[in-house]
Amino acid sequence: MSSNKKYWKSVEELNENSSIVETLKQNEFVAEIPTDEFLGDKETLESSSTTRRDFLKYVGFSTAAASLAACEGPVKKSIPYVVQPVEIIPGVANYYATTIANGFDFASVLVKTREGRPIKIENNTMATTNGSANARVNASVLGLYDSLRVQGPKKGDASISWSDFDSETTKKLTDIAAANKDIVLLTQTFASPSTSKLISEFKEKYGNVRHVVYDAVSESAALDAYQAKYGERGLANYDFAKAMTIVSVGADFLGDWQGGGFDSGYSKNRVPDHGKMSRHVQFESNMSLTGANADKRVPLTPSQQKIALAKLHSQIVGGSVSGDLPTHIEDAVKKAASQLKKAGSNGVVVTGINDVNAQAVAIEINEALGSKAFDPKTPIKTRQGNDKAVAQLVADMKAGKVAAIIMSGVNPIYTLANASDFAEGLKKTELSVAFSMKADETSTQTQYIAAAPHYLESWGDVELKKGHYALMQPTIRPLFDTRQFQEALLKWNGNDVSYHDYIKDAWGTSILGGSSFNKALHDGAYVGTIATEVEDTADVVEEENATPFGNAARSLAASAKSEGLELTLYTKVGMGDGQQANNPWLQEFPDPITRTSWDNYLTVSKADADRIGLTNKHVANGALNGSYANVTVNGVTVTAPVMIQPGQAKGSVGLALGYGRTAGLKEEMQTGVNAYALYQNANNVQSVTIEPATGEHEFASVQLHNTLMGRGDIVRETTLEIFNTKDRDVWNKVPTVSLNHEETPVTSPDVDLWDEFDRSIGHHFNLSIDLNACTGCGACVIACHAENNVPVVGKTEVRRSRDMHWLRIDRYYSSEESFEGDDNKKDNISGLGSSLSEFGELENASENPQVVFQPVMCQHCNHAPCETVCPVAATSHGRQGQNHMAYNRCVGTRYCANNCPYKVRRFNWFLYNGNDEFDYHMNDDLGRMVLNPDVVVRSRGVMEKCSMCIQKTQKTILDAKRDGREIKDGEFQTACSAACSNGAMSFGDINDKDSKVAKLLKDDRMYHLLESVGTKPNVQYHTKVRNTTEA
Amino acid sequence: MRKVIHRKLSKNFLRLGLVFLLAFTNTLSAQEGDPAKGKSLFNANCAACHKLDKKMTGPALRNVEARLAEEEGLDREWLYAWIKNSAGVIKSGDAYANKIYKEYGGAAMTAFPQLSNEDIDNILAYTAEEKKVAPPTPPNPDGGTDTATSGGISNEIILGALAILFILLAAGLYLVNKTLRRFASAQGIDLPESSSRTPLWKAFIQNQFLMLVVAIFFLLSSAYFVYGYLSQIGVDQGYQPVQPIHFSHKIHAGDNGVDCKYCHSSARVSKTSGIPSLNVCMNCHKSIYEYTGETSPEYSKEFYDGEIKKLYAAAGWDDAEQKYTGESSPVKWVRIHNLPDFAYFNHSQHVTVAGVECQTCHGPVEEMEVMYQHAPLTMGWCINCHRETNIDVKDNAYYTKIHEELSKKYGVDELTAAQMGGLECGKCHY
Repeated sequence: MSSNKKYWKSVEELNENSSIVETLKQNEFVAEIPTDEFLGDKETLESSSTTRRDFLKYVGFSTAAASLAACEGPVKKSIPYVVQPVEIIPGVANYYATTIANGFDFASVLVKTREGRPIKIENNTMATTNGSANARVNASVLGLYDSLRVQGPKKGDASISWSDFDSETTKKLTDIAAANKDIVLLTQTFASPSTSKLISEFKEKYGNVRHVVYDAVSESAALDAYQAKYGERGLANYDFAKAMTIVSVGADFLGDWQGGGFDSGYSKNRVPDHGKMSRHVQFESNMSLTGANADKRVPLTPSQQKIALAKLHSQIVGGSVSGDLPTHIEDAVKKAASQLKKAGSNGVVVTGINDVNAQAVAIEINEALGSKAFDPKTPIKTRQGNDKAVAQLVADMKAGKVAAIIMSGVNPIYTLANASDFAEGLKKTELSVAFSMKADETSTQTQYIAAAPHYLESWGDVELKKGHYALMQPTIRPLFDTRQFQEALLKWNGNDVSYHDYIKDAWGTSILGGSSFNKALHDGAYVGTIATEVEDTADVVEEENATPFGNAARSLAASAKSEGLELTLYTKVGMGDGQQANNPWLQEFPDPITRTSWDNYLTVSKADADRIGLTNKHVANGALNGSYANVTVNGVTVTAPVMIQPGQAKGSVGLALGYGRTAGLKEEMQTGVNAYALYQNANNVQSVTIEPATGEHEFASVQLHNTLMGRGDIVRETTLEIFNTKDRDVWNKVPTVSLNHEETPVTSPDVDLWDEFDRSIGHHFNLSIDLNACTGCGACVIACHAENNVPVVGKTEVRRSRDMHWLRIDRYYSSEESFEGDDNKKDNISGLGSSLSEFGELENASENPQVVFQPVMCQHCNHAPCETVCPVAATSHGRQGQNHMAYNRCVGTRYCANNCPYKVRRFNWFLYNGNDEFDYHMNDDLGRMVLNPDVVVRSRGVMEKCSMCIQKTQKTILDAKRDGREIKDGEFQTACSAACSNGAMSFGDINDKDSKVAKLLKDDRMYHLLESVGTKPNVQYHTKVRNTTEA
Repeated sequence: MRKVIHRKLSKNFLRLGLVFLLAFTNTLSAQEGDPAKGKSLFNANCAACHKLDKKMTGPALRNVEARLAEEEGLDREWLYAWIKNSAGVIKSGDAYANKIYKEYGGAAMTAFPQLSNEDIDNILAYTAEEKKVAPPTPPNPDGGTDTATSGGISNEIILGALAILFILLAAGLYLVNKTLRRFASAQGIDLPESSSRTPLWKAFIQNQFLMLVVAIFFLLSSAYFVYGYLSQIGVDQGYQPVQPIHFSHKIHAGDNGVDCKYCHSSARVSKTSGIPSLNVCMNCHKSIYEYTGETSPEYSKEFYDGEIKKLYAAAGWDDAEQKYTGESSPVKWVRIHNLPDFAYFNHSQHVTVAGVECQTCHGPVEEMEVMYQHAPLTMGWCINCHRETNIDVKDNAYYTKIHEELSKKYGVDELTAAQMGGLECGKCHY
């Protein structure tokens, strides 16, 4: 029986008269294939003298020639020193203590140099005054090898010599001084006693000199408030290690608030000890790193923050303030106040509102509490900028009153909101000099670019806090023909000594008080016993209004008005104020909160986004796209991509400073939008109007799924109450499997498929990660990058999920109010309908989610799934607990990555160190200088991953063998554990029973990631405990 | 560092030089010393700074006594005083002492209070000897080449004679055979023809089994050779490049017995053994300006002296003026031992911790006129050694505990490097 069925190939066939159907019967394609297009134009083809045969001959010949040439091994030259410096032994690293002081980041660091070139920044444990190296400081070593640095002094576009520079500038300065016109020194915050001395000498010599200190990201209000109260320009110091109750109103103190560096103190009390840990309440509008770590986070708009702070003040100090708050915020403020009162001197209040009244209120509250954490006696000196002086300067310049301007460490044409005024004023000066490492926005507009050295090539001194000094010393000879600002000042002052001698002299007379300079230089820091008064050279514009104290709370509450949306400008952990924008490590560093690299964006709450019509969506390859929005402040509009941010307070938006630079940067690094244009009057809060703009922005996010979906065993969490009262099994249960109808813990050898390998002899390394102490700051990520030669892959590759970070810090949002809520919701799912809808809901983060950070690197499983699937045995296990990866053996099947439950293996898709498509440091002769010679640079087509810094453990072992001694606990370090000053990461040998990690392994909070899989990892995690106890 | 050494040395040399200068002048007649003893004393005490005929850190000392007596009128007593304590003589304001002290850049000569007057007499006697004119070097000092050549010729003659004999025999046999056949045919005897059996090669080809075996054999052997060829790619055993300066390890490490780690000092503490920087060469070569050892036709004294000149040019040393010009040019040595980047090797682990002799991997360096790669430097070669070598745990507190436990586990007295984990991939590849 034949079938009468007729199959339609397309709807077109229904149309009987369609010409297409007719054509298709004859031809394969409807239209002619446009072969001409890709064969190029015929004329050239025909006129070419190369026939097909010739072409093949050429191909054959060149292939044969190439393969013949390849038979000859390359001749490698080895060139020793003529005179080898005493301190250098090829192959052995030297360490120097120095200090970074670039106007934004100030920290004492240890610089590792190999054969004379600095390759890594490490923490200086002998000098911890200003916290430790953050992600930017860790990355700063790469700035030394920036191929776009200015390589010598320039006049306009032409290079000149330093002697010409000296004679020309000195003459002009003398003329200007003789004519009694204004000379202005516009500088970053140096906080340097020697520089201050030099500047005062300069003033003496040239007379009409004004020194204006300018911080790109202003802390002026806090400085003003401190000055009004204590009569000295500085910032109150906070030691969070002494605080048990912390209330922060808009202060991102784990980020860059007031110079940063507070995180290690904070973390000390976050680890429950004898049942106690600190309680942290955060009131904020943007989701900040600090808010993410808080026990309780209250989202509210900046204007509500002012009222909340005022009310907090009135409830603790007394007095009454007006102003309305939504009830839940009102309630939260009340609870915070009562908790603070209860804590008394153990409590502390900080605020990030850039308003003198707000800062005064915070000081008053802390004084009233008698807070131990609040320390006004040793003020922080690393921010000294003065907004009013800067505004005055711009006005004077515009009026043509400034004859000479000499800048150092600043880039006002990029960082000023009224940059065009400044640029206009700059043209009216007779002499303009910029000391700069880059031909950046400002220095290209000046008459002279005085090529400045990197801090690793400079001498210097810093007073980080009052009486806490640090020294900066060169770790390499200047790579280029550069001169630091201070050397130039010495020249202008007619002083022939070198800056090094000058510092030594200045320290000898006024700082050291008899102690050894060389010891201070060796240690990198010196804590003075004598209070020294260094003359404050920055000229202060007289305050027109009297001290803010007394009436501060009321004025604060009164000043809180909101019109439309409120924008809070912030700095990112990675980019900071933007001076390191040409650093590919920092560009590729994913923001801890949004997990997005290579961008800044407008963070908007879900509710506001829906209202305005802004969207985020995932495209076919999973990557995130977002719509654009026009952000307008007082007529200034920037168009920024939109990121919908859980936890963003309704009615507020956020935008990061430091992006959108265009001058002196490689093309790849010119990312984001310049938010400084909106930073009017140096106020980080602005009221804005937002409109959707056309187009879609492509984000490069490294984490695309934001919630845990109720899988509480990935990140274990509990509350302090449960932790203190309940058994371990309740809050940190070891997963069980059924064996002979008995629930058996997965850690039991009875349920193991594999025979246990004996690791009891020798070393057995473990890395411990305490989720309570980890703030997610990301210093470890950059440290790992630097130590292990991890390549940078660029924005488009990150978008394809080909980022190479060996260590990532996963960030999860809760879908319900808390992660516990997620777990309960998941456990109560029953039936298909419920599961479909509720799992769907679990994918979305809550409006104000709980946040958790979890650093994940290779877990070095004792029973590693990757090892069993490798067809060539390229990955294998060592007795010391490390999972080895032999790159030269790997053939790139990627089976291991597919079989890894932790997704920590990274595949080299391209030859990142030899492919011009990747114009980052590894493809740059200068940038390659930063590579660690002890770690191989991986080639294309191999898998790579965290090695648990085997090069470092092996070195420690070798050093001990050579000395013939046993290894002490604490000697073993990985790059990440050494970079972590918060105590979140500990590394060591668990076969040494007295070691810290061996004890941590037995801790009740310890669990392994995905323990139920039975991989037996050598990385331990410690359950996060939240102090949810309300007072 | 270089400068410091330079100054110190020259100081010492100078002092000595002056002493000698003076000592020799006066007592022309008093040649009572023993030149033979004097020579050994000179070599032990003075030779670091002085030569007989060449100005070095200190002045040349040939006939110093006579010279001083003639030119300065200084006697042997002055020389005694100078040699025993030159600084004292300078301090006393002696005109000539101060003059020479200044001439040699204010470098004082080491005091030799331990030398007796008699010793000094001996030394002076040695310096007063006439300069020996070196006899022209005979082209073949040992005549070894001649013997060898003649031996070779005689062997060849014997072989040739044997060959001729053999050919004659073969020809003789052939002729006998031919003659016999001719006789046979002349006498009408039929010689039996060989039966027409299938020739052996044809039978062989027809036997399929044999063919199969042969084919398999052929394939296997060619695979073996191809594999062998491929696996030696990148293995540069025997690599012996021409270096910019002909540095003879044979002379330095062999003839003069200089310890390897004197020059390759970083092998003790670093992953690289380090090619010595030129200041290390100059430590000795400031005073060793010529080659005085054995020579061969290929490498003559002039050749070696020329190589030392190359070193001086590179280090920027002006031998005539005995000072550095400051114009140096680093030597671009050709690297012989090249490990691939993905293999981590640490010299100090092997040299200091394990106490492995340099020769174990680098071969008989002390016999190498031109350095070459002795070992294949393949992974198999590394691994073999790790399997066979026991670790040196003596007096090393690091190993005490781990060795005790591991040797108990493996039931051995001494552990090999492999048993310590020396075969794990990640120990060398990271």
